[in-house]
Amino acid sequence: MTQDITRLSASDLASALRNKDVTSVEATQAHLDRIAAVDGDLHAFLHVSSEEALATAAEVDAQRAAGAELHLLAGVPIAVKDVVVTKGLPTTAGSKILEGWIPPYDATLVERIKAAGLPILGKTNMDEFAMGSSTEHSAYGNTKNPWDLDRIPGGSGGGSAAAVAGFEAPLAIGTDTGGSIRQPGAVTGTVGVKPTYGGVSRYGLIAMASSLDQAGPVTRSVLDAALLHELIGGHDPHDSTSIDEPVPGVVAAAQQGAQGDLKGVRVGVVKELSGEGYQAGVSARFDESLDQLRALGAEIVEVSCPSFGYALDAYYLIMPAEASSNLAKFDGMRFGLRVEPAEGPVTAERVMGATRGAGFGDEVKRRVILGTYALSAGYYDAYYGSAQKVRTLIQRDFAAAFEQADVLVSPTAPTTAFKFGEKLDDPLAMYLNDIATIPANLAGVPGMSLPNGLSDDGLPVGFQILAPAKADDRLYRVGAALEAALESRWGGPLLNQAPELKTTELAR
Amino acid sequence: MTAATTTGLVAYEDAVRRYDPVLGIEVHVELGTLTKMFCAAEVAYGGEPNTQVTPVSLGLPGALPVVNGKAVEYAIRIGLALNCSIAESCRFARKNYFYPDVPKNFQTSQYDEPIAFDGWIDIELDDGEVFRVEIERAHMEEDAGKNTHVGGATGRIQGAEYSLVDYNRAGIPLVEIVTRPIEGAGERAPEVARAYVQTLRDIFRTLDVSEAKMERGNVRADVNLSLRPTPESPLGTRTETKNVNSFRSIERAVRYEVSRQAGVLDAGLTVIQETRHFHEEDGTTSSGRVKSDAEDYRYFPEPDLVPVAPSREWVEEIRATLPEMPVARRRRLQTEWGYADAEMRDVVNAGAMDLIEATVAAGTSAAGARKWWMGELARRANQDEVALEALAVTPEQIAQLQGLVDSGRLNDKLARQVLDGVLAGEGDPEAVVAARGLEIVSDDGPLLAAIDEALAAQPDIVEKVRGGNQGPIGAIIGAVMKATKGQADAKRVRELVLDRIGS
Amino acid sequence: MSTISRDEVARVAALARIDLRPDEVARLAGELDVIVESVARVSEVATADVPATSHPLPLTNVFRDDVPEPALPIQDVLAGAPQQENGRFAVPQILGEE
Repeated sequence: MTQDITRLSASDLASALRNKDVTSVEATQAHLDRIAAVDGDLHAFLHVSSEEALATAAEVDAQRAAGAELHLLAGVPIAVKDVVVTKGLPTTAGSKILEGWIPPYDATLVERIKAAGLPILGKTNMDEFAMGSSTEHSAYGNTKNPWDLDRIPGGSGGGSAAAVAGFEAPLAIGTDTGGSIRQPGAVTGTVGVKPTYGGVSRYGLIAMASSLDQAGPVTRSVLDAALLHELIGGHDPHDSTSIDEPVPGVVAAAQQGAQGDLKGVRVGVVKELSGEGYQAGVSARFDESLDQLRALGAEIVEVSCPSFGYALDAYYLIMPAEASSNLAKFDGMRFGLRVEPAEGPVTAERVMGATRGAGFGDEVKRRVILGTYALSAGYYDAYYGSAQKVRTLIQRDFAAAFEQADVLVSPTAPTTAFKFGEKLDDPLAMYLNDIATIPANLAGVPGMSLPNGLSDDGLPVGFQILAPAKADDRLYRVGAALEAALESRWGGPLLNQAPELKTTELAR
Repeated sequence: MTAATTTGLVAYEDAVRRYDPVLGIEVHVELGTLTKMFCAAEVAYGGEPNTQVTPVSLGLPGALPVVNGKAVEYAIRIGLALNCSIAESCRFARKNYFYPDVPKNFQTSQYDEPIAFDGWIDIELDDGEVFRVEIERAHMEEDAGKNTHVGGATGRIQGAEYSLVDYNRAGIPLVEIVTRPIEGAGERAPEVARAYVQTLRDIFRTLDVSEAKMERGNVRADVNLSLRPTPESPLGTRTETKNVNSFRSIERAVRYEVSRQAGVLDAGLTVIQETRHFHEEDGTTSSGRVKSDAEDYRYFPEPDLVPVAPSREWVEEIRATLPEMPVARRRRLQTEWGYADAEMRDVVNAGAMDLIEATVAAGTSAAGARKWWMGELARRANQDEVALEALAVTPEQIAQLQGLVDSGRLNDKLARQVLDGVLAGEGDPEAVVAARGLEIVSDDGPLLAAIDEALAAQPDIVEKVRGGNQGPIGAIIGAVMKATKGQADAKRVRELVLDRIGS
Repeated sequence: MSTISRDEVARVAALARIDLRPDEVARLAGELDVIVESVARVSEVATADVPATSHPLPLTNVFRDDVPEPALPIQDVLAGAPQQENGRFAVPQILGEE
């Protein structure tokens, strides 16, 4: 069955492993082969860790053969976004400034992945320090969208989304500061979940904006996302902002949702997150999905969140301010790149300036400068302080909306995947990609994007579901129900409609 | 060259006659926790470089801080000891500045929300005068690493110099205590500054929150000083002198700055607000580099940490376990012991307070205890050039010794001999008395024999006494004392002699 | 007309320790201006009566016990160092320190 392994969902592959229809070494090798065959075009990976992955797989196989009690996902390979530190594996966060850096420790979520026996296939490409919506800001080249190699795979986690959409990995880790899991999910036809802030440990995530960053699953099905969510989620004493409570029952919720009954579930349509600025095909699929939910028994209500109109503005103050401080440590003194000034005395101060000038790309410089400006003397109250107030207003909007609805929904992104270079020179247009995803980060609430069809241009569209903080399970119940209904209509997963990728002949 | 460095110094006495000095002191104390402020790296003095670091204290990408609860407790202890209010809720902030010994290039500190604020302490000057210093705030933060500078010898180009950084110290918990402007010290400003830091040092030790060793840098002081024409004038421009790390240096640094600033003002110039460095060798200060961005720290609330909101129950629990503060204890003991101010001051300066307290606790009168510790024992300590508490005698032994005197079993001379034995390691006073046979002879039998012998040996004196002249009787008593090796009670001998002569 | 001048960008870049080429300064002055104008809108709704939210979830008092854990092995500590000497990180000359 080697030929089909890469098409399996993670949960199906896990079953096959449990039933010993396939070994983890076979499954891992199949994905490594797929990477070798298609990643030359896709460029989803910055580093492929074949040896380590196969070693883990062999170990899991041995344990399974010995009858050991294993994690449900043991032996299922996974790809990890390069913003997550992995002991012994290069970690660059897509930046030249970290080229060649090998972390001496594992992120908490990586520890959990390793403890559960998931072979790590490698590190996926991303916008530098997760700053971007297209992976065009990676220092190591663009990742392509498997649906159309001339188009962006979304960002910042374009690598993880493309790896999963391109069947290079059944599971991947993403991080989402303003939509970096959900928006790539939308434009690649994959599932992406940003858990409640504090639901997954941030320890070992190279921080962009500490109060917004959150890691989560990138998969091809809602159930797979739930399985991975449960694995990486839960309290971590190394992260002071980690929620000290059990992970909500997301797997059970996904299984319940797949039964297709949403009676009694109130779905709120956020008025401010639709209409003008949304591509016609995106709006059409969204409306159809609402009909679908209604057909499953859900009650559809309209809610208004007036402060969402300020979310993007607040985000572009808080995020760069925190990023400017988080990225200060990249100075060429302790790790990573060190560049000496071309002329003049070689002092620590000048080496820092030269290193950061040479090591950071345009978007990083733009945000660090903006954030430094926003925090610098005399501006704090007007900018960062005011943005924090907007955050309060957005939380209030969510609170009011969740009085009327159990979940909120919107299109994930206003458009389908755009072409490379289209928005590169217009930062504001680029930032508008995240208009619907940002409010969740500001308020800390969980959000999911799942594919809900193709737009008029034949490219995937994403459907976003939002739930109250710590009620991540609601995303999975509603998401799984909608997914089941859509897939029965499509006759299978949406990704089956994606064009076949050109494969390079293997020299094995 | 700044204007300040070109003007002369004004003699200190002259300067304080014409200008009113105002102090402001920032003291950093390293807390004696087992681990760092934000990570579980062990804190131990004198480790090999970079062996006490984790990804957190090294500022590695991805690492996150978690607050050491013990450090918070210690900060509250300090705040309460300084009569501060403890914040109902407070936060950490990031103080952003680039420096190689600051691993994250920001220091996690407290900014607008310190854990403790609005306090005061009374300090006692050398002559016993009590001076109140108001505390503006005490806040928690983390220490930086340590730079060692290499190269830069004469003849080498500037660019050839480099530094070596050790991050063992990075992240050690600190509490910074900031005073309000200290006014009214006048000519005693140097002494006030020194006494304040000394008092804090004593408080840290009493609270057991730090080893508080100045020489190890556990306690570090930055001294702000400004001058103004009169106490009614608005505050003048201040300088902040850093690296003042001994009590003597604090005093010297303040003196020097007073003289220097007076020189600047006398020349009609203005003092430059700047950081200055103190030089141990010659007691001077020099201008530090004026950093253009030093004032723009871009503070904002630390998003990786959540607020610290000490419950009132916890604060009261900590308050209930606070030991008595040094100055209050000193006052209480002086009252209890009935010492004069000068006596008490001598006791404190001699380091005898604890010893006397223990001696009194063991049953000796306050006067008796002082007599021993400030008299014979102080003399011996001085002779051996050791501290009082280093003498090989305990307060309990002194109490026992004084008890023997009080009960008449020893006289002073014998007691000193017993002390010799105790110090020589021969055991408790009772044991020495027994072993050396030093007890006063109170049995009349042996005394009468000695008296008769003395009388027989000096019949001329007996005659004189019988004739009404009691003057020469001392010679008889002396002979008896000699014969009994000083163990006789001189008063009893006299009675018996007079009785024997029958006068 | 840009409200953020090139001088201002240069000042902020120095504060952020990023050497910028003159063309980068010019471009950033223009781009930041657009962003700053747009974000200035937040002050429209951020009135005095609205409290600030710095953390998405209202957690307090997250403390760690004062119990040491093993340090990073020294070879791991120094593995990423651009330069090292005798167990320490070698960094260029630091100005402004005694």
